[in-house]
Amino acid sequence: MMDERIWGTVTRALAEEFELKPEQMVPEARIKEDLGLDSLDMVDMVIVLETAFDFKIQDKAALKEIQTLADVMEFILITIEQENGQAANA
Amino acid sequence: MKETRDDSGPSRTRPAPKDPGGGRNRVLVTGLGAVSPYGPGVEALWQGLLEGRRPLSPLPGAEKIPGLGVRVVGLVPELDAKLIPRTYRRAMSRMGLFASLAAREALDSAGLAEDWPRAMGLALGTTMGSPETLTEFFSQYLVAKDFSGIRGATFFKIMGHGAASALAQYLGLTGRLLAPSAACAAGLQAIGLAYEAISAGREEIMLCGGTEEFDILTALTFDQILAASHNPDPQTASRPFDSQRDGLVCSEGAGLIILESESHARSRGAAVLAEIAGFGLSSSPSNLVHPEIEGLTRAMQAALDDSGLSPREIQAVNAHATATVEGDRAEALAIAALLGGEVPVNSLKSLLGHSMAASGALELIASIRMISQDIFIPNYNFNHLADDSIKLRLPKFPQKLIITALLKNSFALGGVNASLVVKKCIDRPT
Repeated sequence: MMDERIWGTVTRALAEEFELKPEQMVPEARIKEDLGLDSLDMVDMVIVLETAFDFKIQDKAALKEIQTLADVMEFILITIEQENGQAANA
Repeated sequence: MKETRDDSGPSRTRPAPKDPGGGRNRVLVTGLGAVSPYGPGVEALWQGLLEGRRPLSPLPGAEKIPGLGVRVVGLVPELDAKLIPRTYRRAMSRMGLFASLAAREALDSAGLAEDWPRAMGLALGTTMGSPETLTEFFSQYLVAKDFSGIRGATFFKIMGHGAASALAQYLGLTGRLLAPSAACAAGLQAIGLAYEAISAGREEIMLCGGTEEFDILTALTFDQILAASHNPDPQTASRPFDSQRDGLVCSEGAGLIILESESHARSRGAAVLAEIAGFGLSSSPSNLVHPEIEGLTRAMQAALDDSGLSPREIQAVNAHATATVEGDRAEALAIAALLGGEVPVNSLKSLLGHSMAASGALELIASIRMISQDIFIPNYNFNHLADDSIKLRLPKFPQKLIITALLKNSFALGGVNASLVVKKCIDRPT
């Protein structure tokens, strides 16, 4: 359920920002080829995700590895996990 | 174009008339597009001017800015930005959006709405990169010392050629891409550069003009140098040539024009709206701010020389005249000395305000309509004849007037002077 909620937040935020159709927002959708996003859009994607989840993405270099929406989801989950870990240690 | 560098004054030597077969192409106007304080569209612009409607309005929040005397502005009504696909819109500032919508109208009016030549060149003048975006960037960066929230396309809007490159990307243009930055002369300069490229046979068709987004920086600057009107009444704030004038009113918009070589226009059966016959540029190095009569005259004389027309053959002048005390005076004296006092002169800034980089293009578009419809738009808010304008013929009411050749001026801070001669095109390509 947690993942579904996060998936919903990711897809709603990206669809709104990049004016994509809901049917395009499938896990296997390729960021560049299917959604038509480029390196400038990746900068905006970071801002949109940071706003949607209210955290700061520290490891921006890892974004270069992202190929699909499923990768975005995985990246968000890892970031949330890191955020939670830092909060627990604080 | 011929540039005269002789400081001794305008040359009176007339060159031989242009020979279309002698290595220079005739350059025809085949499309017009506008976004102005009247809203989108050349028709909105033309109807507003014909009816003498004032689209200027109170400057929001002006009274909250300490020391600012400016109270009136000419803003473009809200536009539907989503007419431009997001991929292209993301790098468009407001001035880029204005230019893009005006460009689509220009293509449409040229009969090229669906299928324009991708090899077309583009010359788009701006005062600077988007001041609104620049303000957004530094408002965030200087406060937070952090650029993590800065959008990916921010710099592309701030670049001096940001609006031009965004438009070229949007239309997929592959010809030359020029982005002259010469403030109030930039629009006319861009049109002149496009004219030169086609005249010289370097391009067959070009989209050209100027675009401007209002920013408080402009109003503050003109206020600071005592060149902005403090009149709070939007109806009467801008009063070119009037003895009571107290400065210019800033505005915004975009004007885009399609220019084609005669052979290109003829080959596709395009309707011709006018002919660009001559262009002249000069620099006034004597002062950054104060206009210099000799420099203005050099630009007008160079445009006349380039056109092969004599001063007698100019039947109307669309002046730069922004309603500053010194600028209108210098231009009035320069026009009177060069062309005499019989030629009708108007300034459209009483209605449109001063849209800086867009002004030359928007006013040229209106001038082309005046030529094609045989109507002379008068000088509104011109009620008190100024001593320095007394030698000029400054009509106060619309009149029927057949104009076969018109001189258009645009002059900029920093001593940039541009003049262009546009002719009625009686013969039409078949």
